Amino acid sequence: MSVPQGLPLIDVEHLTMRFGGLVAVDDVSFSAQPREITAIIGPNGAGKTTVFNCITGFYKPTVGRLTLRGGERDYLLERMLGHEVGQRAKVARTFQNIRLFPGMTVLENLMVAQHNKLMRASGWSVFGLLGIGAHRRAEEAGVELARGWLERIALIDDADRPAGELPYGAQRRLEIARAMCTEPRLLCLDEPAAGLNPHESAELNQLLASIRDRDGVGVLLIEHDMSVVMKISDHIVVLDYGRKIAEGSPAEVQDDPAVIRAYLGTDDEAIDG
Amino acid sequence: MGARLPSMLKDAGLTAFVAAALGIFIVGFRTVDVGRGLTFDYHLVDLAVAVVTIFFGRLGLSLAANGLRWPAMALGAAMIAAGVSPLQLPSGFLHWFVALGGVLLVIRGAWPWANDAMAAAAKSPSGVVLGQAGAKWSGWLLLAAAVAMPFTPFADQKTMDLGVLILTYVMLGWGLNIVVGLAGLLDLGYVAFYAVGAYSYALLSTQHGLGFWTVLPLAGMMAALFGVVLGFPVLRLRGDYLAIVTLGFGEIIRLVILNWFDLTNGPAGIGSIPGPTLFGAVFAETPPAGKQTVSDMLGIPFDGNHRLIFLYYIILVLALITNLFTQRMRRLPVGRAWEALREDETACRALGINPTNTKLTAFAVGAMFAGFAGSFFAAKQRFISPESFVFIESAIILAIVVLGGMGSQIGVVLAAVLLIGLPEWFRDLGSYRMLAFGLAMVLIMVFRPRGLVAHREPSLRLHPVKPGGSG
Amino acid sequence: MAYFSQQLINAITLGAIYGLIAIGYTMVYGIIGMINFAHGEVFMIGAFISLIGFMICGMLGIGSAPVAILLVLLMAMAFSAVYGWAIERTAYRPLRGSFRLAPLISAIGVSIALQNYVQLVQGARPKPGGQIVSGGFNLFSADGFDVRVTWLQIIIVVVTVVLMAGFTWLIARTSLGRRQRACEQDMKMAALLGVNVDRTISLTFVLGAALAAVAGMLFLMYYGVIDFFIGFLAGIKAFTAAVLGGIGSLPGAMLGGLLIGLIEVFWAAYFSSEYKDVAAFAILVLVLIFRPSGLLGKPEIEKV
Repeated sequence: MSVPQGLPLIDVEHLTMRFGGLVAVDDVSFSAQPREITAIIGPNGAGKTTVFNCITGFYKPTVGRLTLRGGERDYLLERMLGHEVGQRAKVARTFQNIRLFPGMTVLENLMVAQHNKLMRASGWSVFGLLGIGAHRRAEEAGVELARGWLERIALIDDADRPAGELPYGAQRRLEIARAMCTEPRLLCLDEPAAGLNPHESAELNQLLASIRDRDGVGVLLIEHDMSVVMKISDHIVVLDYGRKIAEGSPAEVQDDPAVIRAYLGTDDEAIDG
Repeated sequence: MGARLPSMLKDAGLTAFVAAALGIFIVGFRTVDVGRGLTFDYHLVDLAVAVVTIFFGRLGLSLAANGLRWPAMALGAAMIAAGVSPLQLPSGFLHWFVALGGVLLVIRGAWPWANDAMAAAAKSPSGVVLGQAGAKWSGWLLLAAAVAMPFTPFADQKTMDLGVLILTYVMLGWGLNIVVGLAGLLDLGYVAFYAVGAYSYALLSTQHGLGFWTVLPLAGMMAALFGVVLGFPVLRLRGDYLAIVTLGFGEIIRLVILNWFDLTNGPAGIGSIPGPTLFGAVFAETPPAGKQTVSDMLGIPFDGNHRLIFLYYIILVLALITNLFTQRMRRLPVGRAWEALREDETACRALGINPTNTKLTAFAVGAMFAGFAGSFFAAKQRFISPESFVFIESAIILAIVVLGGMGSQIGVVLAAVLLIGLPEWFRDLGSYRMLAFGLAMVLIMVFRPRGLVAHREPSLRLHPVKPGGSG
Repeated sequence: MAYFSQQLINAITLGAIYGLIAIGYTMVYGIIGMINFAHGEVFMIGAFISLIGFMICGMLGIGSAPVAILLVLLMAMAFSAVYGWAIERTAYRPLRGSFRLAPLISAIGVSIALQNYVQLVQGARPKPGGQIVSGGFNLFSADGFDVRVTWLQIIIVVVTVVLMAGFTWLIARTSLGRRQRACEQDMKMAALLGVNVDRTISLTFVLGAALAAVAGMLFLMYYGVIDFFIGFLAGIKAFTAAVLGGIGSLPGAMLGGLLIGLIEVFWAAYFSSEYKDVAAFAILVLVLIFRPSGLLGKPEIEKV
């Protein structure tokens, strides 16, 4: 199942996305390695979320190739229909503005994430309805998987509460756990630290590090909170006005003049703020 | 408080003024056809009474909202008194209008107390036990009552007819609840699938001699097929567009039935549809050629009510199957995906769930149950025509689901009894029934959008419910 | 050719009426993104108020048709506008922020309630309206067939064109129009900039209802008969027109109205009049499936 040695998990090549006359993403290429956290940063409106939407099948790129390496085969994400990216290529994502199923319980949220696996086990509902076959066992295994994640994100006691009732920080964690319950190859997180207090941010860092190290999942991360980005990223891609302006390790990116310019203005202006 | 009175009076005056403007022509001048053309039948006094009632009603509501419960309730009591008094108001409706307005005011005035009392009762230990037992047993009690009904002394022909009617709507409500309540797809053409089921049975039985029990599954499958074929191209549409498209489909199917004389006999409908048989025996006093009557088979004297009791149990069983099926589906992955779709379709897509297929299953399953109910309807009525499948039927079924609480099975039963049963018992109110339906839909959306029974039971739990705890 | 021309004239007349109703759908959808299902009933109520208005004019001895038409027009617009306002205030405004389908369900409730209210107070039987304007002239004759334009048809088209021109001016040039367009773009931002959003939405309903009332009056004059149920079909067809033209677009509503008029009249004239309503519904379904943004609407980009 793992990616062949030495090859990236995902290759983004010449990705361009136009909306009418507006070029939101302009010829961006980068790669993300398996078992690494790759951060995409940049000022507001740099096109980060658009890149995510292209990778996760919400937009069809105008130009470009998105290759995701599975164990046995490669997936060309730009050719897949919306939900297939999650279903077949196993790319999971979270959203900038949290999108849980608020009326359903925390546990149900995690069960829905295992939909495709459980659907097969229930014989597309036929066996499930009759109560025969492997359905019951698969369901129990699914609950166990969910229980494991609930323990990791410290929500085990809230398992039967509606997800919408959870405090904000818990909802963020739950959304990540829900994405992980799809057992993805690549996890795309859109500003997971937004709105978190420093303590919660630190917890998030640990969670992301454990997803990388313990679960071995590649993470693609959009984030504004530099305390998160610089601490846990292995690789950083910087976008500005839809173009890639820099790429490298946290240390490299921090010292890159183009990045400083993008964030703090041009060289002519005094950099004293 | 006193300082607010002028503004309350002004507000009430404004409301009354708007009411007068709304009613002045439509209510005040009733057009009557006298053969040579139209003349007026003036109802300006009626309008004046209604406007005055609205003035005081609005005033009372403002009072209650500002904490002046006693004055509000006193006003309500005065209105009730005026309503039931021998005072000669221009029409009986106005007596009702004034009195009901008063009742509403009294309820509104007492509402905070009732609310506190209910909250306190729900928290007290005995209240918790009672509440849990109620939630657990109310369904079974209802079921027991439904099963025993034909053997109770009330079971005359009228009550049995009503029971069959209510159960038909309960079944339709449960079927539509899958589509609207669980999957969150507003289907305004649900009655079309009911029509497909009804016409399937009517045509197959009268033209090909097939029996009810043979056609029943076929009719369900036929309706489900229609659901898939119609649903496939449109289910990716946004919620409100989908609603309008389903309305369009519903009307198209009705218009085709109405105009396709060769197949459906058009507006004249199809008659002499055979009723359902019991192990091949028919319900009749004298057997048709080659058939046996049920009374002969069982060796009991013929009674016209037997047929009705039989029909009652058929629809009861069909409705229960619908309910069981739905309960079971809710606990399967597909059922959870339905609810997830209702909550957030975008998130579903991100989790790799195919929204179109998932919606399609909900649509098809809902249609299938409408098909079953339709063929039962045809077998019961023995005559069907396009008139039974107009948009308003879809709206009634939708109202039942909405009023009951979308997704709530017991809520549908309550709503069906309220919306179908009450108007039948109070015949006088029959002509106001649809008006009340419409208003009820608005009021529910404004004041209690989750319906009468808002409680949602999770499809599975990690921790068992603690006795005495509220979950 | 003559037959075709005659049908064309009839279609334009009908299309004008649909266009007027469609504007109400399109404006409301543009500003709060809901299908005002009860809009067809406002049209029906407008027709009833017009009927009563013409009868009152008759009783008051107003013999001049132009004066009567003008009076009734103003009366129907004003009093139907109150309906538009009251519906929004009681059934839709409390639902802002409720769940997605709540406004539509509420609107269906309003629609059912209004239909039955009119049925109760005015009776279920069709009401003959009598003839207010008669006569016309022959445009030309061909194949032994006179192509005729009635004065009424001219009145309908002229009233429609004048109102639509005025309305386009209102939206494009006045501060009300600017506020309305601001709310369409971004309601929260408009509110922050000092636009009274509630009042703007109310005014949208008032204007839509007034135009529907005009359509109701023209319908009454054109067909001569109305009943409590006319709002359902006319409403659906006008909604189809709004969608066909591109919902949210004013010129789209007019174009859509015209097209629906054409389709309906020509379908009935050349194919079968039984299935003319099926044609309208089929167009609705097909447009929504294949081009939900309509002819003149902008496609929506999904924001994630």
